[in-house]
Amino acid sequence: MADLSELLRGAAAGERLPLARLLTAIENDVPGLRQILPSLFTAGRGAHLVGITGPPGSGKSTLVNALIGEWRRRGQRVGVIAVDPSSPYTGGAIMGDRIRMMEHAADRDVFMRSMASRGELGGMASATWLAAAALDAAGYDPILIETVGAGQSEVEIARLAETTVVVEVPEMGDEVQAIKAGLLEVADLLVVNKADRPGADVAARHLRAMLSTAGGRITRQPPQILLTTATSGEGVAALVDAIGAHRNAARSPEQQRLRARNQVLRAVAELGARRAAAQAGWDQVVGAVADRSLDPITAAERLIGPD
Amino acid sequence: MDDARTTPIRVLIAKPGLDGHDRGAKVLARGLRDEGFEVIYTGLRQTPEMIVDAAEQEDVDVIGLSILSGAHMALLPRVVELSRERGLDEVLIAAGGIIPDADVTKLKVAGIAEIFGPGTSIGQIAGYFREHARRRA
Repeated sequence: MADLSELLRGAAAGERLPLARLLTAIENDVPGLRQILPSLFTAGRGAHLVGITGPPGSGKSTLVNALIGEWRRRGQRVGVIAVDPSSPYTGGAIMGDRIRMMEHAADRDVFMRSMASRGELGGMASATWLAAAALDAAGYDPILIETVGAGQSEVEIARLAETTVVVEVPEMGDEVQAIKAGLLEVADLLVVNKADRPGADVAARHLRAMLSTAGGRITRQPPQILLTTATSGEGVAALVDAIGAHRNAARSPEQQRLRARNQVLRAVAELGARRAAAQAGWDQVVGAVADRSLDPITAAERLIGPD
Repeated sequence: MDDARTTPIRVLIAKPGLDGHDRGAKVLARGLRDEGFEVIYTGLRQTPEMIVDAAEQEDVDVIGLSILSGAHMALLPRVVELSRERGLDEVLIAAGGIIPDADVTKLKVAGIAEIFGPGTSIGQIAGYFREHARRRA
């Protein structure tokens, strides 16, 4: 593996192979990565970070493909990170997001990388975030992070992005689905894709009715709801406009601070986990929790100090 | 930590040329997933340029080319050529599908590391990739 700062220099100069290898280094969390993080972040150019999530089969990849096309028409260089789940049993993964995006494969101004989620330990979200920082340093803007919207980790990744787009389909369900907590709550923009299917207008109307009334402790704006047909391109230009318009809202001082807070909290949690796992007493403490002679909270205090 | 952090081998599975049959490629992708590989499947009707562009961005360890159309002599050496031009020197390039014995030797000379014909088990392919893909730090 080449020297990491050399890879970063190459990536920042717009070379693709150094960027690809830097992304591998980030994914594998290689020794020495820590040392280049400060320069990785200062090399960033402030690209708009856009998360795209939604249930499997809602057309995320096809929509991303259409979005890339629209941004390219507007002269933007686009970075894409597509995350697919790793098997918890074998660690293997199949990443198929490229199938829908191959028309942009040879475009030198589009860089697309598939990442497998590689299990827990909280590493996924930060690897994704560092990968986005690398694409930013390489001059791609916007940067799209596509994840399968199927669980908590996806909600987390969505929270790293400045603008989160949730993609649904007309058959998503009734009004009650729209008011359940979770994925729909994190949406800045809510897209009903496959809008050429019957029921799309009704679904959009339901979502509008249920989500526009958010109150109580919710301070964020209700999401804007848009209709797209990714396969024909219908509504895609309007979505690109809406994403662009949201960029300003996402960069208000309060929002910046909220994201920074999440980033620091995550970094602290990971550092704590790493420190704890490196302790000599780790195996013994884990064993004690396993045989119920110790509770996990006290175990954590033993490893990294009392609360 | 007790989970041995071995880095999965990344494999790009591609179908070059005008060949609409990808059942084999999909079965292999699935099989390699179950063997612990990270598989990027790019779908049908790819040009050598598209395949190498994808392999470069994905920084894969292995390119697996599935071809049943008979155009292997035109397409496979081109993938090797382009890969080397781009500096993907360490990527293992292998092929599978319907390839006559007479062409196998020529393809190996052209830089295709191994050719897996009908009847090859997924275990054999996985074993070969594990043995020959570059080892990363």
